[in-house]
Amino acid sequence: MNFALNIFTVLAVAAGAFFFLAGTVGLLRFPDVLTRLHALTKADNLGLGLIVLGLLPHAGGLLGALKLIGIWLLVQLSGAIVTQLIASLTRQDGSRA
Amino acid sequence: MTVALAFDIGLGILLLAVAGWAVAACSTYAATIAFIVYGLLLAIAWVRLFAVDVALTEAAIGSGVTGMLLLSAAARLRVIEPAAVAAGTPLRIAVGISCALISVALAAAILFPPDVVFTLAPAAMAHLPESGLGNPVAGVLFVYRSLDTLLEKAVLLLALLGVWSLAPDRFWGGIPGLQVYRQRNAILIFFAQILPPLGIMVGIYMTWVGADHPGGAFQGGAVLAVMWILVMIAGLRDVPPIGQRWMRLLVVVGPVVFLAIGLAGFALAGAFLGYPAGYAKPFIIVIEVTLQISIAVTLGLLAAGPPERIQPQ
Repeated sequence: MNFALNIFTVLAVAAGAFFFLAGTVGLLRFPDVLTRLHALTKADNLGLGLIVLGLLPHAGGLLGALKLIGIWLLVQLSGAIVTQLIASLTRQDGSRA
Repeated sequence: MTVALAFDIGLGILLLAVAGWAVAACSTYAATIAFIVYGLLLAIAWVRLFAVDVALTEAAIGSGVTGMLLLSAAARLRVIEPAAVAAGTPLRIAVGISCALISVALAAAILFPPDVVFTLAPAAMAHLPESGLGNPVAGVLFVYRSLDTLLEKAVLLLALLGVWSLAPDRFWGGIPGLQVYRQRNAILIFFAQILPPLGIMVGIYMTWVGADHPGGAFQGGAVLAVMWILVMIAGLRDVPPIGQRWMRLLVVVGPVVFLAIGLAGFALAGAFLGYPAGYAKPFIIVIEVTLQISIAVTLGLLAAGPPERIQPQ
């Protein structure tokens, strides 16, 4: 059981790290602001989500697990809001230019 | 090499690289972003050194609030910066030499420590239970070195006076020139409605838990201040004019209560800032709660900047 949980943790955290890597590559390589934001939100949502999922068995109880999920939800909320704000500013600048 | 050591070395290299970026960045804005990133990485470094109290302060004050102040300064400078005269080469060399000397002195202190390190830590830990506190950092801040903490709050008040004194005479007592979102933005308003209930709870919790665990009035107050600023920037509440009495009272209530309890120490415990035996904890709680309110309002007003108009827009 313990072994299976460890395998699960390694797989989930590795998958999360892959999304962070892909998001970073996208941030560096994509041509404009909107596509770069798109890459960044994948790292925030899926990358952090998978890492949190993988760490849940090691969170030391229900309270620790809830705290981890709370952190993921807060990062998702702020990430989504900031992305929307940057995107709407970009569109305003684009229409003005 | 263990994973933890590899992580620490990587973090150290990253810190140096980001610090170099902050110095070398060509625009003020890029340098400020580098400074904020540096502060967040530094907070992780403090966690690795098991100094979680310092890490929280670095993230909340060093990176968060200071970063916000620097960003607003960079935005103001954008207009006049192209015309500014760059510092001359002799001045740059002098600054570089001073920084190098400080670095060398710090490195020497760490690389060649004295044979016998003088420490008060065992004595501090031995008497900590008498204060009713469980967190030695809180013990140092509010019992052993409470004079430093009191003066720290006085410095914060002086900083606010410094910002306010930049106001032109005709705007004295007016409304700070915080940059609010001009068009009412539905997304930002949603954020400013959903986050503060959570943020206020977290801020109060950080202060309360600071007695026994990492946290405290300064970190909690910074979180409260940021929630207030978010509400003001979204346009949900107006920025209050600095002449308002209730706001000035909130700014000074913490330091005044701290000073009053300190003076009462002469009568009750025979020393300035002494607490009567057995009653240290309740007095410290009163000080922390009022300090948190004052810190939150002061940091919010610092971010709001000097008054720039009399009439609301």
